[in-house]
Amino acid sequence: MTDPAGSYDVLVVGGGNAALCAAIAAREAGASVLLLEHAPRDFRGGNSRHTRNFRAMHDAPTATLTEVYREDEYWDDLRRVTGGKTDEALARLTIRESARTLPWMEMRGVRFQPSLTGTLSLSRTNAFFLGGGKALVNAFYRTAERLGVAIRYDTEVVALGLKSGIVEKVEAKSAGSSLTISAKAVVVASGGFQANIEWLKEYWGPAAENFLIRGTPYAQGRVLRNLLDQDVMPVGDPTQCHAVAIDARAPKYDGGIVTRLDCLPFGIVVNRDARRFYDEGEDLWPKRYAIWGRLVAQQPGQIAYCIVDAKMLRLFMPSMYPAIEAPAIGVLAAKLGLDPGALEMTVRDFNAAVRPGTFNGKVLDDCRTEGLSPPKTHWAQRLDTPPFYAYPLRPGITFTYLGVTVDGQGRVVMKDGKPTGNLFAAGEIMAGNILGKGYLAGFGMTIGAVFGRIAGQEAAHHAQQ
Amino acid sequence: MRSNEAVAEARRVLEICNACRYCEGYCAVFPAMELRRAFSDGEIDYLANLCHDCRGCYYACQFAPPHEFGINLPKTFAQIRAETYEQYAWPRALAGLFRRNGLVVSLITAVAIAAILALTMGLQAPETLYRPRTGPGAFYAVIPHATMALVGTATFAYALLALAMGFARFWREAGVSNQPAGLRNIARAFGDVLTLRNLGGGGEGCNDRDEAFSQTRRWLHHAMFYGFFACFAATCVATIDHYLGWIAPYPVLSAPVILGTVGGVALLVGTVGFLWVKLSADPAPSAPELYGAGTGLLVLLGLASLTGLALLALRETGAMGVLLAIHLGTVLALFIVLPYSKFVHGIYRLAALIRYAMERSVSVATERE
Repeated sequence: MTDPAGSYDVLVVGGGNAALCAAIAAREAGASVLLLEHAPRDFRGGNSRHTRNFRAMHDAPTATLTEVYREDEYWDDLRRVTGGKTDEALARLTIRESARTLPWMEMRGVRFQPSLTGTLSLSRTNAFFLGGGKALVNAFYRTAERLGVAIRYDTEVVALGLKSGIVEKVEAKSAGSSLTISAKAVVVASGGFQANIEWLKEYWGPAAENFLIRGTPYAQGRVLRNLLDQDVMPVGDPTQCHAVAIDARAPKYDGGIVTRLDCLPFGIVVNRDARRFYDEGEDLWPKRYAIWGRLVAQQPGQIAYCIVDAKMLRLFMPSMYPAIEAPAIGVLAAKLGLDPGALEMTVRDFNAAVRPGTFNGKVLDDCRTEGLSPPKTHWAQRLDTPPFYAYPLRPGITFTYLGVTVDGQGRVVMKDGKPTGNLFAAGEIMAGNILGKGYLAGFGMTIGAVFGRIAGQEAAHHAQQ
Repeated sequence: MRSNEAVAEARRVLEICNACRYCEGYCAVFPAMELRRAFSDGEIDYLANLCHDCRGCYYACQFAPPHEFGINLPKTFAQIRAETYEQYAWPRALAGLFRRNGLVVSLITAVAIAAILALTMGLQAPETLYRPRTGPGAFYAVIPHATMALVGTATFAYALLALAMGFARFWREAGVSNQPAGLRNIARAFGDVLTLRNLGGGGEGCNDRDEAFSQTRRWLHHAMFYGFFACFAATCVATIDHYLGWIAPYPVLSAPVILGTVGGVALLVGTVGFLWVKLSADPAPSAPELYGAGTGLLVLLGLASLTGLALLALRETGAMGVLLAIHLGTVLALFIVLPYSKFVHGIYRLAALIRYAMERSVSVATERE
């Protein structure tokens, strides 16, 4: 059954930050806009629901940002984390526009926390959403509704009919029935494919079955694959994803921030065989936490355990699930289903290798092991104060890097290098153009908002021509 | 007396909130929570009473129902508050009045009005009661001043005692430190109460029906709060006038009547408005346990101001006698139920805010070191 959902100037595919910015920008430019969100209303907003801040350039302190964060420093940060896997023109465009986009968001209902001076170093580079990403999503939906953007929840776009660079019709599914929508321009802002386990298995094999997805289960990548199958130029390494080690007890999807664990640099991490496999103290945690998803994914059964003792428990942020506690290492091993003898030996060897030093969790201190493989190069303290605690770890996937190539107007580019006529992209589906590798806190939201605005405006202009 | 499920649920929710902290900009609850890793029963009571029920965190929560974590902090805290009202009631034997509190308040109100009406009608001849009268002592011809003063003072003094005992028990048992609070912290807490600084998530107001913010509840609460105290001030001024030899009824442009009228109108607007907000609110983030108590007190406060205003309007007619009896019956009921009604939220909120001010000054001092 086909239910024609009507005809619009601009169709926005997706319902997160980028999609909402695009819909609002297009509507404000005078276009009639339909936004199709795959999730039901309660779970609308994609991964933006789980975000917390927005990285913004600023040449002077503002109400929400301390000191200054200039274009060149921002660019240096980006170049460092991506190792050069970025398009400098698009990156600098994003960085420059970020300064203007923050007040644009505020004028459309998004509220930021007052800048926190001192302790939180991020408040110089990142503005924090008051109430977090879901509050941002709520504000944008209210604004979009007020402006007259038509919104349909529970509606998944399954195919875009692309003919010689023009989207002619869009097919969607809603409550078991099919819809065909015609629009003069289309903005795809439907995210990556990180919630699609079958797709992840193409690169990771059966290990992907044991991955947990930190965000929305609706990021199936259906639109992304549909476009790549129609000769759109891909961008970003398809095999790569941002993966951190999260609590293994987290739900399969949508566990969000509270399943994060910050205990790793303080204790030891062992695999299913009760063996250590990587230097837990290699560098400061914010610089290392994103490598642990991959490290755990490479272990047998994709499981690992972080073990700390009583004196370390207060050194890190509390997490949602209580630590597994035992009076002795052997008992703890039994509780975890590990070989008690093997874990006792690992701890004994580790303790014997720890050199005396002055512990300081905030800097690269001189507490390290000697003659141990792998070593622990900082924050190495003996596990000797009962009770002992363990947190089970699994890879938690945040996002994938594969996307579609765009130009500076957010226009999707075909494999032959020609831009499409009426197809634009914003958000995670095109973030790989700019963030080809690595991670920069709050930058995903910046790309989404900046390119959402650009794509929305350009789509509206195209539709009105 | 306490249901372990509510406390266990509050602890579960707080541990998740403490691992997230996205709401830290909303109100005092979150910074207070972040000072802790574990939550004792007393600390849960403290945090629950620090919550002003603006519901901002519910709509902002990525883990709110139908998410499987099912985080609903306003509802969880309201359930805890319902239990703390019972837990810290004085004397303990009367704690049960907080169960089915809406019914209790209604019954006491009905009985108090009926009793005063019956006594007045029984003790006064009909021609005295229904005859229009004016001039000094007109009210006291219907109900003698000494009776009015004695019953009013006794019930109000008892209410103050019971509220103070509740405050003291909360202060002690909810785990407040033995340190003296300090004038600065007390002043800060009173400032919080007078401005409702913590109501309305970071400044834009409360969420009543959905994700939209509104200052309606702040203004309605201010109207009730200041209206209530204006009425109270009217009574105090009238008492002084009385003992200075100036006998009621007072002219329209006298201090007691102006204060009483302004206060009464504000109280009426506040209570009726609040009832309307309550009836039209999204029920998801509220606790059914507190619905009766909240509604009961609002209706009683509204009745007290409505009957007072009616008495003022008709005081020179033959209806004055009956209206006076009804108004005083309502006020008597209010005084009696005060320590066993939703009114106690203000006492525990004040205690929690003082404690928060104390913790805040300590943590600021530590950060500076």
